[in-house]
Amino acid sequence: MALRLPSKVLKHILSFIDSNEDRNSVSLVCKSWFETERKTRKRVFVGNCYAVTPAAVARRFPAMRSLTLKGKPHFADYNLVPDGWGGYACPWIESMAAKSPYLEEIRLKRMVVTDDCLERIAASFKNFKVLVLTSCEGFSTDGIAAIASTCRNLRVLELRECIVEDLGGDWLSYFPETSTSLVSLDFSCLDSEVKISDLERLVSRSPNLKSLKLNPAVTLDGLVSILRRAPQLTELGTGSFAAELKPEAFTKLSKAFSNCKQLQSLSGLWDVLPEYLPALYSVCPGLTSLNLSYATVRMPDLVELLRRCSKLQKLWVMDLIEDKGLEAVASYCKELRELRVFPSEPDLDATNIPVTEQGLVYVSKGCRKLESVLYFCVQFTNAALITIARKRPNLKCFRLCVIEPFAPDYKTNEPLDKGFKAIAEGCKDLRRLSVSGLLSDKAFKYIGKHAKKVRMLSIAFAGDSDLMLHHLLSGCESLKKLEIRDCPFGDTALLENAAKLETMRSLWMSSCFVSFGACKLLSQKMPRLNVEVIDEHPPKTRPESSPVERIYIYRTVAGPRMDTPEFVWTLHKNPEIGVSKLAIK
Amino acid sequence: MITELEMGKGESELELGLGLSLGGGTGAKIGGKSGGGAWGERGRLLTAKDFPSVGSKRAADSSSHAGSSPPRSSSQVVGWPPIGSHRMNSLVNNQATKSAREEEEAGKKKVNDDHQQPKDVTKKVNGKVQLGFIKVNMDGVAIGRKVDLNAHSSYENLAQTLEDMFFRTNPGTIGLTGQFTKPLRLLDGSSEFVLTYEDKEGDWMLVGDVPWRMFITSVKRLRVMKTSEANGLAARHQEPKERQRNQPA
Repeated sequence: MALRLPSKVLKHILSFIDSNEDRNSVSLVCKSWFETERKTRKRVFVGNCYAVTPAAVARRFPAMRSLTLKGKPHFADYNLVPDGWGGYACPWIESMAAKSPYLEEIRLKRMVVTDDCLERIAASFKNFKVLVLTSCEGFSTDGIAAIASTCRNLRVLELRECIVEDLGGDWLSYFPETSTSLVSLDFSCLDSEVKISDLERLVSRSPNLKSLKLNPAVTLDGLVSILRRAPQLTELGTGSFAAELKPEAFTKLSKAFSNCKQLQSLSGLWDVLPEYLPALYSVCPGLTSLNLSYATVRMPDLVELLRRCSKLQKLWVMDLIEDKGLEAVASYCKELRELRVFPSEPDLDATNIPVTEQGLVYVSKGCRKLESVLYFCVQFTNAALITIARKRPNLKCFRLCVIEPFAPDYKTNEPLDKGFKAIAEGCKDLRRLSVSGLLSDKAFKYIGKHAKKVRMLSIAFAGDSDLMLHHLLSGCESLKKLEIRDCPFGDTALLENAAKLETMRSLWMSSCFVSFGACKLLSQKMPRLNVEVIDEHPPKTRPESSPVERIYIYRTVAGPRMDTPEFVWTLHKNPEIGVSKLAIK
Repeated sequence: MITELEMGKGESELELGLGLSLGGGTGAKIGGKSGGGAWGERGRLLTAKDFPSVGSKRAADSSSHAGSSPPRSSSQVVGWPPIGSHRMNSLVNNQATKSAREEEEAGKKKVNDDHQQPKDVTKKVNGKVQLGFIKVNMDGVAIGRKVDLNAHSSYENLAQTLEDMFFRTNPGTIGLTGQFTKPLRLLDGSSEFVLTYEDKEGDWMLVGDVPWRMFITSVKRLRVMKTSEANGLAARHQEPKERQRNQPA
């Protein structure tokens, strides 16, 4: 007997399902489930803006209220993707403006957004509420002003690490004169000064404001004035603390902070002088998130601050914390879930080593809830990795960056194979892994064998041969994103595991040994992959066996894209056409 | 599932070619031994030798950079260590603060002309203008690059970096023009390229006319231009150039 749920019932059931992974599974059950699911999905996530056309997305999800898009590959953050590669938001905005006018939320990451685009958003979506731009570029403060002035229901405006053409601080005065519905405002990446009076007035007429992240141009005085008007803040990004030390300033600051009884997250703190840190002591016991990664504060001032943060769950800090600071974190911050330690010196050859593997070992031992790690240091040992894996099998994200490429275990001079084997084997829920240091193919054999839940893997300066890539592509079942630079392979492994690539979102390889011939072959065999060759020199002018600088391979149902710049070649699946630029401009 | 191995067999011609170019080390057989083989001529992968261990690199650096140039930032290897550009700029600004403070303490007595400069530096460093990576494009080269001005102390320094970037095959990266050329002199007009920059007002100027400190506060981006095209620029700025040459040092 066929059992069919009436669609009303199914709709009701689906209204409880938020996770898109679950909804994707639901949509595969049968046609009617597919239909019901698609008509009820409100939050749409597109991990690669070139994997599907905007029109297809709009068509499939008519009830869409929130759209999240990602553009450039992750390695674009490190200048490995040349300017002009792509990732344009405009076609998406145009399409949504026409087909999804009820869109309320747009979140973009690593995309090129223009002022026109922003103006279009402002003009097209009457009930627009949320705009979050992360690592985006291509727009100016004029575009922001358009959003501020036109979107009357704006709740969230966050510019996270964007590259913005800053034409001045006027944009802040464009928010509606009457009360605003702002809940979160983040302009920490902007350079120029905003008028404090504008900011004060805005804060005063935004009763719902919970999260405010200022830019470095806001002075301490400005901060005090803002805090007085917004003691209800739960998240605060301060401006710059660079100011002359004045006792009155300190007292005022202290008092202002002590009034913020709901503060849970603190960031900013550029140029903070250690003498000002005690002003923060009153909020420390309530803090769950602390970002000191721009604060050039050293020991022991750091510990004085951190030992008061017993509820801390997320800590971002520079390596100025040193091993002994991390030891303190291990004993005071028992709730810690996420730790990131960034280098304080950009040089490769800094001779003072503030943190060693010992620091991370302390935290792994002391913080039982630790599940996410990003750690930069100069060198590491297998023993440390093994200890970390043993102590913290609950790790979900482990990104170790041994700054010196090819650095072996400095105590035994062996590759770090055993250490990463322990991590892969021990941390069964590991979803994200970045490896570094001296690694042979063996390390990747272990990773391929054990890291069954890893979805994103980043590799640099590692391995011996194609075996390495083969282990990963044939072993890591959940692999979705693989990014590799400066590793010695990989035509053979790539071609042998071509089918795997269709199960992944993307593969990035730069400064490896992938030949143009292999790229062509791959694209001929796998029509649903876009094989992009990013290279200064037209591949056709060189022998097919010569390596290309960068390749970016991703699955797509949208076909080769039409907006490639002159240094990107999307290999067409038709061998006669060969290299196709599709330059129908 | 596609039998991947069959793919290879069908295109044996291509595969053979690939195998040869990769040298002896990496065979086409998956079951074969691994091992670093000889690499082709076209580009050389970075190996451990390119990264002598911590400590010795300083020695190598100080011998190649005569004078008091600040330590080179990791712009030698693009995108390493993997730190986002916002953070990188901030780090480099911190270094500038440090060296600016040191300079101020060191050189208390300044000539009138130079009196402006320490102030300029500290003003910059207090968060008003964040220097860092600026874009560099070269005529005939599609992919632009970024160079970190804060890691350079003089025009010569900068020219050297740009020459390395665009004209020489650095280990591990194929030189952007793919040529091995003789060292260029971007600054003295003796090569077929000149270095120009766009200032904050949007004008394109020849690099080298103004004192270094003034240059870094006004430069927006750089362009390596063919000398033939830059003739207009050179002519316009000949007078100021003459004037500068005639000024007492």
